[in-house]
Amino acid sequence: MIAAPEVVAAPLLSVQGLTVSVRDRGVVRPLVQDLSFDLRPGETLAIAGESGSGKSITSLALMGLLPANVSVTSGQLLLDGTDLARLPEAAMRPLRGARIAMIFQEPMTSLNPVQTIGTQLTEAIRAHEPLGRAEARARAIEALRQVRISEPVRRMRQYPHELSGGMRQRVMIAMALALRPAVLIADEPTTALDVTVQREVLDLLRDLQAQTGTAVILITHDMGVVAETADRVVVMQAGRMVEEGPTTRIFAAPGAEYTRELLAAVPRLGTGAERNAPLPPEAPVPVARLSCTSVHYDIGANFLGRPTHRVHAALGVSFDIRPGETFGLVGESGCGKSTIAKALAGLVPHEGLIEIGGKPLSSLTAREHKDIRRDVQMVFQDPMAALDPRMKVGDAVEEPLVIHRIGTPAERRARAEDLFRRVGLTPDQMSRYPHEFSGGQRQRICIARALALRPKLIICDESVSALDVSVQAKVLALLQELKTGLGMSYLFISHDMAVVENVVDRLAVMYLGQIVEMGTRDQLFGNPQHPYTQRLLDAVPIPDPARRSRSYLRPTGEIPSPLRPIGESPPPAELIDTGGGHLVARYSD
Amino acid sequence: MAGYLFRRLLQAALILLGVSFITFVLLYVLPADPVRQIAGRSATQQTVENIRQQLGLDQPLLVQYGRFLAGLVQGDLGRSYLQRTEVSTLIASRLPASLLLMAGGILCELLIGLTLGVIAALYRGRPLDQGLMVTSFVAVSAPQFVVGLLLLYVFAVQLGWFPIGGYGTLAHLVLPAVTLGIMGSGWYSRMMRSSMIEVLRQDYIRTARAKGLTRGRILFRHALPNAILPVIAMIGIDIGIFMGGIVVVESVFGWPGIGQLAWQAIQRVDIPVIMGVTMVSAGFIVLGNLLADIVTPFIDPRIKMR
Repeated sequence: MIAAPEVVAAPLLSVQGLTVSVRDRGVVRPLVQDLSFDLRPGETLAIAGESGSGKSITSLALMGLLPANVSVTSGQLLLDGTDLARLPEAAMRPLRGARIAMIFQEPMTSLNPVQTIGTQLTEAIRAHEPLGRAEARARAIEALRQVRISEPVRRMRQYPHELSGGMRQRVMIAMALALRPAVLIADEPTTALDVTVQREVLDLLRDLQAQTGTAVILITHDMGVVAETADRVVVMQAGRMVEEGPTTRIFAAPGAEYTRELLAAVPRLGTGAERNAPLPPEAPVPVARLSCTSVHYDIGANFLGRPTHRVHAALGVSFDIRPGETFGLVGESGCGKSTIAKALAGLVPHEGLIEIGGKPLSSLTAREHKDIRRDVQMVFQDPMAALDPRMKVGDAVEEPLVIHRIGTPAERRARAEDLFRRVGLTPDQMSRYPHEFSGGQRQRICIARALALRPKLIICDESVSALDVSVQAKVLALLQELKTGLGMSYLFISHDMAVVENVVDRLAVMYLGQIVEMGTRDQLFGNPQHPYTQRLLDAVPIPDPARRSRSYLRPTGEIPSPLRPIGESPPPAELIDTGGGHLVARYSD
Repeated sequence: MAGYLFRRLLQAALILLGVSFITFVLLYVLPADPVRQIAGRSATQQTVENIRQQLGLDQPLLVQYGRFLAGLVQGDLGRSYLQRTEVSTLIASRLPASLLLMAGGILCELLIGLTLGVIAALYRGRPLDQGLMVTSFVAVSAPQFVVGLLLLYVFAVQLGWFPIGGYGTLAHLVLPAVTLGIMGSGWYSRMMRSSMIEVLRQDYIRTARAKGLTRGRILFRHALPNAILPVIAMIGIDIGIFMGGIVVVESVFGWPGIGQLAWQAIQRVDIPVIMGVTMVSAGFIVLGNLLADIVTPFIDPRIKMR
């Protein structure tokens, strides 16, 4: 895998001078310009770049699946000597799925919700090979077995919604590889998955490639994933190739300025520890305190319409956030980290104690509740969804002040202008609408809005996860700068261990609604104790091809369900102090 | 499933109870006097009072309603004031014709509406799509009696392809069913179009294309079953709208169904018949909605009945 073949084989797929353009109201604008690369048999080629770099459009062009108003305007896509760009649909269709297959980013939406897994797999096989129903079914089960899905025969009868994200992506891979295509295009195949699942899927892709000899084009924004899987890399920016070369060379000695910037912006595990600022001291009154806080949702219905089951989204969670500190909450999807955020903001009912500035949330009157909301503000993951598309961004930032009846219109305006400057925008942008901004700028606007009420605590729920790494680095720097300048605290929720290590003072790791480990950054990253924490850290792809062949403990299957019959509650995790406030849940191996 | 059905049927019974009460009160406060209709203009005050007593219309509202309910739970809808027959017999003799018309109407509506909707979605933004959408707009806006008379004039009077009115053969059914279906087909084509456009944009359609499936298979096996889901819920609601349409269409085509029965009863304030027809139609509407909800989980495995 790592060693590129010495003798350069003839390319399997050759892209020459590819230009793809979009036609929008009579104006033709290029999305990809003059792109050339070769894919050799059996190799993995990564096309890396940030959003808007044209990497996904390139893959759709290869598949002949470009949107109606987008087309290949020049260049060649030669597969086995045939130019795919000039191929009519009738000739392209038999190649799709058989010679050149593709898996997509979103396993949750990429399978048809109303058909069984079995139907979708067998039809892919039967679309290309003259097999009977039973033969195709046998092939499908074999394909599921190859992607190491448990109980493949039962999966055939299941519907996509009955499978987890990781399993669905395995089904997608099984579907793509069932016919042994010469080329597999994987478009951000693990971006939507949890980090431990990402690890399993990457390992699986690597193993399958070794078995089948399929050449893989891996489209990704994640330099960690590139370092771990690719033989060669094409780096793209704004529709053009900026650099191409073997992975080891690109990482060791990037030739282009852009590649250097991109690699520098990638958050890395193990670099955060260099920042040795002292922890903010414990204050008599913490900004927020949770003591044995639980949140549950009831579902199901019996004969009388009463709920039968309960999802324990958060169970017996206790921690406090000190003034001026960044407290991290990490874990995989469904672990309860966002639930805790919502409970803190008073958005979901909770049991147990939540104190904001020393006042318990549950004992507040409606009026006090409104007042306390001034102290706790949130910045969400998707800045586009978090801004009203029909409201000018200046008004959006002023709105919290209006709601809390603070200041005169002129004062509010002045405050909003000040906030815009603080987050690195200009006041003259205030009269624009959200769609006129880039993702990073939108997130800056959301941060300005959160700051408007001068809160004591800002909850950042995956606030930088949707941003490109270069933008992510800038937004993180802004958050850090604001914290020092304004003396706020952050509750920083993220699934990305490398980002967390770079920003937090203390953190807690959540698993199935409970905290399994908590301590300072140095304690957790320097000496992770709980097996789940170790697994999380091990699974993070490292953006360094030289450190690729690590032994990795294969995790044992799926995360158990947090769903329990009413009246039955999961055993509470008992946290033990292993020294210096480093709390670890009891575990059994 | 059993629990779900039980609760839904209980709900249905409550809805019917509410419908019966509201209708009853409305008929009670109506200024039209049924007794005058029966007795005729020349009747003396004494005769009028006698009839009123005989029918129990001198009783307070709640007593009258109680009597009606008592009869209803025993399956007795009372006797028509004017036709001197049991209401249940009247309805039973008229219902098959109406059900046939309704089935024909729904079939036309779905056939026309869904087909045009899918075609419009596939040719989205092109002249064919725009043309179809204008047509559907006209279909939705045209009053049914106008459509009915127009169809009668063209296809029965001028071309002579179908009989002008009456009941009996399949040929008799065509024009009334089409008239009934045209308005709904306008709605359905618009709904189906937007639903289909939405589905064609989904990731799983892209997956289907990436698998190398043929256009036909993608359309019929992947897009249609997903696009039709929101439409199914509509069919249940539609039965209510149909009940209104049936009154008009049956009058235009002389179709011997409960719509005509209702029309005559309303004109002459024949309270038992009005109540009977109302209860039967309300029953069908509730049943239609229930059926739509029961069918959906069989098409969409994500929905579970609770």
